[in-house]
Amino acid sequence: MTDLHLNIDCHRGDFRLRLDTTLAGQGVTAVFGPSGCGKTTLLRCIAGLEAGGEVRLGEQVWSSRQRSLPAHQRPLALVFQDAGLLKHLNVQGNLDYGVKRAHQRGLTPLAHEQAQQVLELLDLLPLLQRPVQRLSGGEQQRVALARALLINPRLLLLDEPLSALDTARKQEVLPYLRRLHQVYQGPMLYVSHALEEVVQLADQLLLLERGEMRAQGGLAEVLATLNLGDETGVVLEGTVVAQEADGLARLALTADGTAAGSTELLLSAPQAAIGDHLRARVLARDVSISLSRADDSSILNILPVQIDSLSADGTSVLLNLRLRSGGLLRARLTQRSVTQLGLQAGMSVWAQVKSVALAG
Amino acid sequence: MLLTAADWQAVWLTLKLATLVTMLLLLIGTPLAWWLARTRSVWRGPVSALVAMPLVLPPTVLGFYLLLALGPNGPLGQLTQALGFGLLPFSFSGLVLASLLYSLPFVVQPIQNAMEAMGERPLEVAATLGAGPLDRFFTVVLPQAKPGLLTAAVLGFAHTVGEFGVVLMIGGNIPAETRVISVQIYDHVEALNYTQAHALSLLMLVFSFVVLLLMYSLNRNSRLNFSLSRP
Repeated sequence: MTDLHLNIDCHRGDFRLRLDTTLAGQGVTAVFGPSGCGKTTLLRCIAGLEAGGEVRLGEQVWSSRQRSLPAHQRPLALVFQDAGLLKHLNVQGNLDYGVKRAHQRGLTPLAHEQAQQVLELLDLLPLLQRPVQRLSGGEQQRVALARALLINPRLLLLDEPLSALDTARKQEVLPYLRRLHQVYQGPMLYVSHALEEVVQLADQLLLLERGEMRAQGGLAEVLATLNLGDETGVVLEGTVVAQEADGLARLALTADGTAAGSTELLLSAPQAAIGDHLRARVLARDVSISLSRADDSSILNILPVQIDSLSADGTSVLLNLRLRSGGLLRARLTQRSVTQLGLQAGMSVWAQVKSVALAG
Repeated sequence: MLLTAADWQAVWLTLKLATLVTMLLLLIGTPLAWWLARTRSVWRGPVSALVAMPLVLPPTVLGFYLLLALGPNGPLGQLTQALGFGLLPFSFSGLVLASLLYSLPFVVQPIQNAMEAMGERPLEVAATLGAGPLDRFFTVVLPQAKPGLLTAAVLGFAHTVGEFGVVLMIGGNIPAETRVISVQIYDHVEALNYTQAHALSLLMLVFSFVVLLLMYSLNRNSRLNFSLSRP
């Protein structure tokens, strides 16, 4: 297993990043946190653009107390926030730049057919001869992604690849990012301060705050423990079991092994087909509680849950709810509602989910 | 034809001098500019000042000290004699050496400006794509500094063609050896030979205009920027 072992200690001016952890050797790990928390510094340390601490991928030591492999010898790829295309080369020239130098750092670039598949996936075939100055922001990021993928890196680092784009361009590039796993199976670190991107892309989550790690683990587990104000909520994953005539998809939530029952969720996903794996996001402020199942409500998703715990948060109360599938749900209620309903840990109640957003 | 054989000789000598000096300056100036653009050494200030000196000094001052240094009793003169090159003043080689110093800032500064404007990002990008330091220099720095290099070559060439004071001090006025166009024009004027002076002067005027025009149209986005101010 080629896990990424990190023991970072990096000073930059009066900022210090300290981190000692191991990241999964596959899937997408999101490095999440507010601006200035050290996300980018962490990526730069891993890439060798910044010195400080120990970095090891599997058995391969990239930097230790004694020595450090220079950036150009580390078998990774980094997609910069501003795409970082070399402006004296056209698109093809940019793509070739990394491929030509892959062997000298022990990488085998993608073979012709796979490379072709990457270019198709990112819709770059019509752009190959284009000077990079004549690309839109979204196109530039797609070229930067392809340039990184073609060298078939052992580790792919993405430094807020969407943050320099406006909302429309973000929506243009996001679907490409979601499809990356079709052509790249290695581990990926995705730095972002946008929760919306993280819940769509990440499998694992590493939360940074003021240069230190606050939480790490599976996306759903970590997210369910965070208080993110209005964005507090959970991510639920499941498989589409039915596509109804009115455009609603029936999602059977994936059980986590310890679960006894199953839970189904209705959500609007007209594009989804039976068997698709979907991820949905439910915000705590969109969940309300009733003691009995309301049959006269317009709310579609009314789920049986058990209250795990309650915690006061300012004037409101955050409830952690356990679904029958074993998954978690959170609800934000007023103190008064909690008192009126007499809610306590251990109670079985009904959760009314006002809205479910599809997230990848 | 208006130009005499002696005039043509001066033209040919000037072109030979300017071409040689420009090529040497690009070879010396590019790494020097790269060092100045990147270094955090305490020597950066003094070296920058030394390189820029010819911009402010009267050419005669530069020529005078070179004459002393390269002369039979000067330290450089003794060195060149010991190495078997003989004495450089009043020779073509001496002229080349003096021109190198005199035109150095006109070559170093445009290249340095272009390299500084490039920033760190393209180098980091190239590094994460597997390019080592030397590779980055040749495949990223030089191509991206191309407008600066072009400006440097044109300015270095044109400035060498136009020098006069340094030539008189160190080169004198030896036909086919050190008598360049500017000296030849001076001779014509001294001899009240205005027609010949006109012919050569007009040639220089047209040459300078064409060269600058060519550079501006090739290099529309960059400026003839060789300011002394440092950020």
